[in-house]
Amino acid sequence: MKKRIRRYFPVYLMALPGLLYLFINNYMPLPGLVLAFKKFNAQKGIFGSDFVGWKNFKYLFATKDAFVITRNTILYNLAFIVINTILAVFVAVLLAEMTSRMKKIYQCLILLPYMISMVIVSYLVFGYLSSDNGFFNHTILSALGKEPINWYMEKKYWPFILVFVNAWKVTGYNCIIYLSTILGIDRGIYESAAIDGCSKWKQITKITIPMLKPTVIMMTLLAVGRIFYSDFGLFYQVPQNQGALFSVTNTIDTYVYRGLLELGNMSMSSAAGLYQSVIGFILILGANLLVRKLDPDSALF
Amino acid sequence: MRSDKKFQIFSHIVLALFSLLALLPMILMLVSSFTDNNEIIKSGYSYLPKKWSVYAYEYIFSTGNSVLHAYVISVVLTVVGTCLALSITTLLAYALSKKGMPGRGILTFVVVFSMLFNGGLVPTYIIYTNVFSIKNSFLALLIPGLLMNGFNVMLMKSYFVSSIPEEILDATYIDGANEWQTFFKVVIPLSKPILATVALFAGIGYWNDWMNGYIYITKRTDLYSLQNLLNRMMQNIQYLSQSSSNIQNANVGLSAIPMASVRMAMATLGILPIVIIYPFVQNYFVKGITLGGVKG
Repeated sequence: MKKRIRRYFPVYLMALPGLLYLFINNYMPLPGLVLAFKKFNAQKGIFGSDFVGWKNFKYLFATKDAFVITRNTILYNLAFIVINTILAVFVAVLLAEMTSRMKKIYQCLILLPYMISMVIVSYLVFGYLSSDNGFFNHTILSALGKEPINWYMEKKYWPFILVFVNAWKVTGYNCIIYLSTILGIDRGIYESAAIDGCSKWKQITKITIPMLKPTVIMMTLLAVGRIFYSDFGLFYQVPQNQGALFSVTNTIDTYVYRGLLELGNMSMSSAAGLYQSVIGFILILGANLLVRKLDPDSALF
Repeated sequence: MRSDKKFQIFSHIVLALFSLLALLPMILMLVSSFTDNNEIIKSGYSYLPKKWSVYAYEYIFSTGNSVLHAYVISVVLTVVGTCLALSITTLLAYALSKKGMPGRGILTFVVVFSMLFNGGLVPTYIIYTNVFSIKNSFLALLIPGLLMNGFNVMLMKSYFVSSIPEEILDATYIDGANEWQTFFKVVIPLSKPILATVALFAGIGYWNDWMNGYIYITKRTDLYSLQNLLNRMMQNIQYLSQSSSNIQNANVGLSAIPMASVRMAMATLGILPIVIIYPFVQNYFVKGITLGGVKG
């Protein structure tokens, strides 16, 4: 054993920088979760602060916020799962049937939004929605003879805007997995179907879609595992942190951020953070166990 | 065959529409950056402005202001970050791919668990500010969250396991090469596709990141990356538009906010490197996502 460890000494050395980073970035913060049960006092530090038991959680769940952020996080994720899956499968099916060189160009363009930072996405959205200069108010609504809308103050539009922006950003990314599954299907099946007189439409509904089903189920399960997490940039940058919109844009991630850095409400923030970590962990674990049952190769662990 | 033809036409139309939809917001940004500022104030951002102007770009490049400075920060951050990230990710992934290594299971678990459970923002923020004191330093942009992630490590590890035959490694050991020589002379040259993929993921992560700067850079605005600068500008605009009384308080801010066309020019410059590099590296990106399978 000793000899083997010595033989592998250089390999341990190679692993060291990465492990050190994981230790600092991912493991050192873990004991800090205990803060959720304490009343934070900057002078006393995390471990010196007074223990208050479940009080922070009692306060958190007594507020309306706890319900709103949980509802928003889960409902947006459900909407994303349904709409993004439909769009991604649709685009993947069309791309897979493309024979011309345009296929590469289409894929390139549809994937492009995925590469753009959320800050710039917020500029793009602002270009359309700005109440002073926005394209919608100035060009579209005025052409229709309608009154301009103060988009960043009206919350009824935002669930749709956020779902749309998210779909715009991730469809190109999501369809890659489905596309590679379709391209992995034996072409012989399609050829014999075509000889039997199957139309393209029939081939898609009777061959492609059923063959995609396992991948769709897998991706959905993994997304459900992450249902307690949200894209902070999407919910913080795109609505531009507007207070008037909080009831439809506040998610657990934005709540934790605001508690920590804007409101200085460390107790609530850390309670909400632990709530997310623990339930998120259970969901990811559960989803993975299911995935492993269905298809061990796709499981995360 | 006829239905085939019809289907192709249908696909072309639909995909062209999707592509157009993906591009339209960026076209609006690009056109606005070349629009005369008074024209924007008069008739808003438009695809067909009546008056064009290159003033926004002249302004950015002639005043030598914070935009170019932030651009340099972004470039340095992306280059340094990508090199570091690629190095430590590759080394750790290679170690984990060693089947005979004692403790391999535990180390793999350490990596996988980091993907499943994390302390979240609050404890991480406290560790980085109180223990490591990286607030308001370049390290704050470089280190938190972005340097390495379990996903890339596992992606690379599975590439090493499946694509580098053990016989080749064994042969180099027999030839007397040590672990480092093997790593640099055999493993690296055989792994170019996955190295390119992970470098790409890391590079995009650094170029696009705004959160580290937003959270940890509170005073040293000279350390702002382009994303942070854009972010700060948008906040100032919102702050001023929220109430007119803010305007008196923020007289300094008012003059600091560039005009509508300049802002769009800055955002355009922000995605320019991506748009230039992206078509050449798209294949590596797609391959990486496919390799990672549904794990992404």
